[in-house]
Amino acid sequence: MSIARKLPRKDVVVIGLGWTGSILANELTDAGLDVVAIERGPWRETAVDFPPNRVQDELRYRIRHELFLQPGQTTFTFRNKMDQSALPIRTWGAFMPPNGVGGGGVHWNAETWRFLPSDFLTRSHLIERYGAHFLPADMTIQDWGVSYAELEPHYDRFEYLCGTSGTAGNIKGQIQPGGNPFEGPRSRPYPTPAQQQPYSHTLFGHAARELGYNPFPQPSGNLSQAYTNPLGVRLGPCSYCGFCEWFGCANYSKASPQTTILPVLVRKSNFQARDRCEVTRINLDRSGRRATGVTFVDSSDVEWEQPADLVILSAYTIFNVQLLLLSGVGTAYDPVANRGVIGRNFTHQTISDVESFFEKDKFIFNPFIASGAIGMCIDEFNGDNFDHGPHGFVGGGYMGQVQTGGRPIQTTPVPPDTPRWGARWKQAVRDNYLCALKPGTGVHGSMYSYRDVYCDLDPTYKDRFGRPLVRITMDFHDNELKQNVFLTDRYAEVFRAMGARQMVKKYRKGPYDITDYQTTHLCGGAIMGNDPKTSAVNRYLQSWDVPNLFVMGASGFPQNAGYNPTGTLAALAYWSAEAIRSKYLKSPGPLVHA
Amino acid sequence: MIDKLRRRDLLTGTAAVVIGQSLARASVISTDTGEPAKAGPWQYFTPAEGAQVEALVDRIIPPDAQTPGGKGAGCAVFIDRQLAGPFGRHEGWYTLPPFVKGIKQQGPQSSKNPAQLYRSALAALERYCRGQPGGKSLAELPAEKLDEILQALESSTLQLQGDEGKTFFEALLTDTQEGFFADPIYGGNRDMCAWKMIGFPGARYDYRDWVGRHNERYPHPPVSIAGRADWTPKRR
Repeated sequence: MSIARKLPRKDVVVIGLGWTGSILANELTDAGLDVVAIERGPWRETAVDFPPNRVQDELRYRIRHELFLQPGQTTFTFRNKMDQSALPIRTWGAFMPPNGVGGGGVHWNAETWRFLPSDFLTRSHLIERYGAHFLPADMTIQDWGVSYAELEPHYDRFEYLCGTSGTAGNIKGQIQPGGNPFEGPRSRPYPTPAQQQPYSHTLFGHAARELGYNPFPQPSGNLSQAYTNPLGVRLGPCSYCGFCEWFGCANYSKASPQTTILPVLVRKSNFQARDRCEVTRINLDRSGRRATGVTFVDSSDVEWEQPADLVILSAYTIFNVQLLLLSGVGTAYDPVANRGVIGRNFTHQTISDVESFFEKDKFIFNPFIASGAIGMCIDEFNGDNFDHGPHGFVGGGYMGQVQTGGRPIQTTPVPPDTPRWGARWKQAVRDNYLCALKPGTGVHGSMYSYRDVYCDLDPTYKDRFGRPLVRITMDFHDNELKQNVFLTDRYAEVFRAMGARQMVKKYRKGPYDITDYQTTHLCGGAIMGNDPKTSAVNRYLQSWDVPNLFVMGASGFPQNAGYNPTGTLAALAYWSAEAIRSKYLKSPGPLVHA
Repeated sequence: MIDKLRRRDLLTGTAAVVIGQSLARASVISTDTGEPAKAGPWQYFTPAEGAQVEALVDRIIPPDAQTPGGKGAGCAVFIDRQLAGPFGRHEGWYTLPPFVKGIKQQGPQSSKNPAQLYRSALAALERYCRGQPGGKSLAELPAEKLDEILQALESSTLQLQGDEGKTFFEALLTDTQEGFFADPIYGGNRDMCAWKMIGFPGARYDYRDWVGRHNERYPHPPVSIAGRADWTPKRR
């Protein structure tokens, strides 16, 4: 290995310039620190990279994954069980890791949820209500070490950064009509009103209300109206174009780092960004207790060292885990000995769907009119909002008609008795396009953590630098499969009440399949908590082992809740940034003494 | 504004200062898949392969009174252009060995890329057809015979070389339907025929005036990323 060229020292190096990297860079430059952000992918901006004459391309962005990391650059290996050989993910399936400035914030759907107050106390809350015997023996769920009340101001801050469109369900303990009555108390309403709902989404809301539920519009980072955020950055109104998920937004109407933070950040003289540069290692001093900076490789294959006093690791979940493992930060998780923390409590999501077919000419849904976070949802079956006692599982999820468009390569559903090709298939496509529904991620179920679901380094497969790939060992457990049957059945009842003449329940079934898309909500692997024996970072996302390293993102979630993760990981980023500014900078060192 | 600031503060790709030592294989991998298809002869297929694929795609999506079939819609042209481009070469895929056959839920593990798959499967299929009574080329077979062949590939009763029949069938089905529904800039969905068939308005970008109009048929014809032919003055 060559000796890396050394760059001048910085106060802070940020690894990965997505949502959390942008938030931390902005907060820490505001505190007067000199910050460099190092991003593996390219710089991306609205006018250049996703203008309106280019973005509406299902083949390019959804099918060929243009905005995503290419597996050839790096990937993971996968197996279901510990006694199997893992094989590389050669093309994306179950999830699609982001790439480039803005990260997943560029091509997300912008569903901007808060987790339930009880989600942050998953273990203690469930044991208190149902008893410890109710949890499966190998389930390793934990409390987060931070409470909803502590995070509320930071959720609020992120929503007001984004201009999130929604209807509040609970303001300071007062339940509000038309909102989610199960949500934790919020200090004030959403910054902008909820988006308008297209026909099928509206019908779902009506049917859910008839069934006795409390439907509400999904909180959306696709804005219902123009909005100027507290940083002075202006977003435009969403045009319901139906090209949101997988796509960049040409309207400046989807909240992303590009539309909320970066225009302010790039003007600061104490901020610098390096794109197309991949951090390969966090460097530690001889004690192994202090990070000295990072090593990265630029696009001309030159290796550099960037010294820094403070390291913010804000890459995608699993790349956070990989960098910790490769850099020797913390102890790698060993599921057999049940020791170590890096790679532990790795989770994904338990998604299912119901496709429904309605009478032709009586129902014209125009499915192409939608936004990424459109939809009417119910939360009756999420978290611990219902009594799990009779059902024999824990966890849950929101469900709703959340269909993001009618892009025809993926959204031409045909009734189940239809052949896959030929004249009858063609006729069925013609007959059903306007009167069939395919929500996609209709049931957004949680996935709790287990002793044998984890990440470590693969013994065989390497990336293009010769570093071991991360190996994912993951399968569904009975708890999640039971949860999914219960939720999917409840979900289908709503479509029946809407007047569907035929439905296909697409239950999530085991074994976990790496080719079958769910969401990109991988969580855990470097989880937060109150005990260094069972968590990688403390309640402020500070590494227990290397106190000048903070690890952002969903890698910190001890288990995944039944919501999209971005609202929570962004709130955690603000929470961590506040701790760095108000506590750490005054006295650099561990913020929690174990 | 951004450009000016970026010149100052964004260090793109190559780090500054001095030339460092090389670390091999580090460059960023990207595949620009957004190249519009060019008119003209086959770019990947031989003329014989092109005729075979046209025959097959026209059975996967048969023509009818209102809408062209796979051939008329340009699905074979779409596949040809895709195979000639990054997709055909598996660009962006993880292609390092060892290649081991895994279980279904571990995903595709073949070292063969789509361009190679079409070449070998079409050759094997042609050999199979020539070996049947009558010895006709696949492209000369009547519709019913082609349907039988597709059904046999789909059900794995016709395996071709190295059990490739089913893999080829799945690729052909996916690629044909993608070509039918993708934007016409890629060579299929000619004249937006597939979008007209289902009522998809294509690359219109603003439905604010329609989001509240429930259960009404959207009245406007589709638009491609490249616009509409009837918006563009005819060139001599």
